[in-house]
Amino acid sequence: MTAQTLDPATAPEASWLRVCRVADLEVERGRAALLGSTQVALFLLPDGSVHAVDNHDPYSGANVISRGIVGTRGEAPTVASPMYKQVFDLRTGACLDTQGKDPAALRVWPVLLQDGDVHLLCGDAR
Amino acid sequence: MTARIVVVGAGMVAHRFADSLVSRAEQDISLTILGEESRRPYDRVGLTRFFDGAGAEDLELDPAVLEDPRIRLVTGDPVAQIDRAARTVRTASGAELGYDHLVLATGSSAARPPVRGAEHPGCFVYRTLDDVEQLKAHVERRASQLGRPVRGVVIGGGLLGLEAAGALQGLDAEPTVIQSSDRLMSAQLDLPAGAVLRRLIEQRGIAVRTRTRTTSVLAGEDGEVHGVVFDDDTVLETDLVVFTVGVRPRDELARAAGLVCAPRGGVEIDPSCRTSDPDISAIGEVASFEGMCVGLVAPGYAMAEVAADRILGGGATFAGYDLSTKLKLSGVDVASFGDAFATTPGALDVVYTDPVSGVHKKLVLSDDAKTLLGGMLVGDASAYGALRPLVGGALGGDPAAYLMPAGGVEAPTAELPDEAVVCSCASVTAGTIRGAVHEEGCTDVAGIKACTKAGATCGSCVFAIKGLVGAELAKMGRSVSTALCEHFEMSRAQLFDAVRVSGLTTFSSVIERFGRGRGCDVCKPVLASILAVLVRGHVLDGENATLQDTNDHVMANMQKDGTYSVVPRMAGGEVTPEGLIVIGEIARDYGLYTKLTGGQRIDMFGARLEQLPEIWRRLVDAGFESGQAYGKSLRTVKSCVGSTWCRYGVLDSVGMAVNLELRYRGLRAPHKLKLGVSGCARECAEARGKDAGIIATAQGWNLYVGGNGGATPRHAELLVEGVDDETLIRTIDRFFMYYIRTADKLQRTAPWLEALEGGIDGLREVILEDSLGICADLDALMAQHVDSYQDEWAATLADPAKLARFQSFVNAPSTPDPDLAYVPERGQVRPASIDERRSGDVLIAGTTLEVRR
Repeated sequence: MTAQTLDPATAPEASWLRVCRVADLEVERGRAALLGSTQVALFLLPDGSVHAVDNHDPYSGANVISRGIVGTRGEAPTVASPMYKQVFDLRTGACLDTQGKDPAALRVWPVLLQDGDVHLLCGDAR
Repeated sequence: MTARIVVVGAGMVAHRFADSLVSRAEQDISLTILGEESRRPYDRVGLTRFFDGAGAEDLELDPAVLEDPRIRLVTGDPVAQIDRAARTVRTASGAELGYDHLVLATGSSAARPPVRGAEHPGCFVYRTLDDVEQLKAHVERRASQLGRPVRGVVIGGGLLGLEAAGALQGLDAEPTVIQSSDRLMSAQLDLPAGAVLRRLIEQRGIAVRTRTRTTSVLAGEDGEVHGVVFDDDTVLETDLVVFTVGVRPRDELARAAGLVCAPRGGVEIDPSCRTSDPDISAIGEVASFEGMCVGLVAPGYAMAEVAADRILGGGATFAGYDLSTKLKLSGVDVASFGDAFATTPGALDVVYTDPVSGVHKKLVLSDDAKTLLGGMLVGDASAYGALRPLVGGALGGDPAAYLMPAGGVEAPTAELPDEAVVCSCASVTAGTIRGAVHEEGCTDVAGIKACTKAGATCGSCVFAIKGLVGAELAKMGRSVSTALCEHFEMSRAQLFDAVRVSGLTTFSSVIERFGRGRGCDVCKPVLASILAVLVRGHVLDGENATLQDTNDHVMANMQKDGTYSVVPRMAGGEVTPEGLIVIGEIARDYGLYTKLTGGQRIDMFGARLEQLPEIWRRLVDAGFESGQAYGKSLRTVKSCVGSTWCRYGVLDSVGMAVNLELRYRGLRAPHKLKLGVSGCARECAEARGKDAGIIATAQGWNLYVGGNGGATPRHAELLVEGVDDETLIRTIDRFFMYYIRTADKLQRTAPWLEALEGGIDGLREVILEDSLGICADLDALMAQHVDSYQDEWAATLADPAKLARFQSFVNAPSTPDPDLAYVPERGQVRPASIDERRSGDVLIAGTTLEVRR
């Protein structure tokens, strides 16, 4: 649903990688996925969209973002870090509430949903 | 063109001037600060803190101010000469600097009285960090030479003298304060107030002699001070002398440069802080305004602000000295403000003295007793913050109310005039604070601090600021919002009733009907808790799972590295040897760090998400269940051993504790609940620090409620006494359910009870006399809880759908988080620090080398 087209000109090394089934995910509760040594947090929202951000929490240094509470802030779908409660926009990875700390953002992966599978755009450049 | 500004002196007032100038300057400036001491500007007012263990660096003033690229600080190179014609200064090292404007902030030096022998080693003054360092070294050296506590004489009984005496005491020396006038702190206090202060100081082990002049200091054959001689020819033996007889303005540079100086010392300034040379200002203790120099920092700060404003083209004026002081001397509160000595014609005074508790308070009022003119407070200066801003204004109530002991009658609150100075450190008026609320949108003390700097220095005005902000918000028709978050306008109590009455059972239906959006980390756990009480069911049932706070979601407590700790229930703190062995085996097999909790049970740390079900399986098989250490729910019932074993025990406290823990286990609440049961009045279970504390007496159980440990300790209050088991349990049932129904989010029973209408009496009416007619509902709700309890761990193990959530990665279900790293410590493990990870000294990659899969 949230398919983003791959532009080969800008991401020559990137490729779509299948991670899991959409059915493996639960609405408004994250799951972690392992891509090599990189950890990704996957979130399925009520509208059927899937978002992929860093599982690594830049504020605590622990791999816990997938275990945060999902919600909304205004129009933005969000996840709150379970460690120190910073709130991130799932669409951009931007931190919307730093709890008084310096700004830090989560990396975001483009997601492709195809035939019930979740694919992430991965590549060396990232 | 860049304006060159040079400041002579690098003390507190110079620092404030620099802060004010560079934070407001829009034009190009360069600021050079030339200091005599070899240190960066430090808090001279806080010098005594040095003896409490504060190092020189702790006393340093905000270094960020001086990091501004427009500022250059030169220390250890005093100015030797000012050439007004050439507009240059020359330093001791020979450096020459030109200036467009020169600011003198040279301060004062400590005076040494004309006493014979005042130059002997062992004689000190009390002004700079070097002074106190030398004093400390001397005390320590003499104490070890003499093999006994050092005796010290402090000459001068003003506030500096008392600080020095307190400092000596802190060094285990035995101080005596010598005062030439008839009382201590004669500049701030009258004779009765001085007498009360003297008693309080003497009670603290500091000897005091008044009406005594010192004529000479004697040295022994070893050259060390060994006594002082007084004007009545008596001798007092001592090992050191500290002179605190006043300060002398450092006006020698100004005099040499031909600036007009006051007959009693100090550089004369006008209200714009300019000296007789318009290119030179003087601020702080060196400045003489209307013939007077003052050794307080607040007027110096006010002058610094005026001088900075004038240099930037403003028109600020120095309005005169505010001599108000409030300080703590050896633990004694002293404050003096306004016309403290009632010199205004016709002034009246109201005095309250309590010699037993050592409190003396005096208010000075106008002849019609309506306007506050000043006052002095000794022993209890808590009213200072409320009173000082009222000087010159109407008192707005019975003056006696301000003088009564704290905690009694609430002092009336008069509306402060806009011009009243609320924060004297930063010279911020009530009007400025009101403006910050209206125009800058400040809604709390933190906002006001950031916006106006009020309350940021000494903090004594914080409550006054809070009151002002609250009053302004109320006037604007805004109250402190009780809304849960952006998704619900209701408070938690309102939402509880809405869910109860509507009979809704899911988050989606509740937020659709009563809220908006899809919730957040504030409202979701609140609804999870409400639904757990009203609808019950497992925390991971259906949509419930998405509402749970991190810890509830996996029924364990998240630690700093993202792993969890596991705590099985040990009701009442009882555990069998077999149980201990099982826990020991599990901890060993999974490499878990183990520690006893404060709630009489065992915590095992370092379990990974995917290991939790395996660990629970072994615990459940051995007869353990979840201890709900993760929930906003009943935690533990702590108990002493009671009448079954203890020779003093009156009733079976362990039996009752087990009974209560099994009754309330799993009960979800606005915040965690802790209980304690003591078997006799010795109170070994510390039950009065708990939400509900039960203490056995010969007449039956006493129940105390609303206690709290932690950051805001509070003793529980007696609700019922001498009751039997059945009455006790029914009363706790209702207390808990009434709390669960009406408390705010994350509000523990202690603040809930404080805010409850009628307090403990109001609570008694509701749950014992049934004044609201809800007791049957409360009883029924608790009965449903008790009947429907199930162990969350066992229920999870029995449900494959729930177990599926406990996978480390959706595409690698049993692969451990590869980033976990541990180091050994005292025979166990702990998470590696960032430095340890970088250095690669991490011995263990996971808490276990796979024992079980």
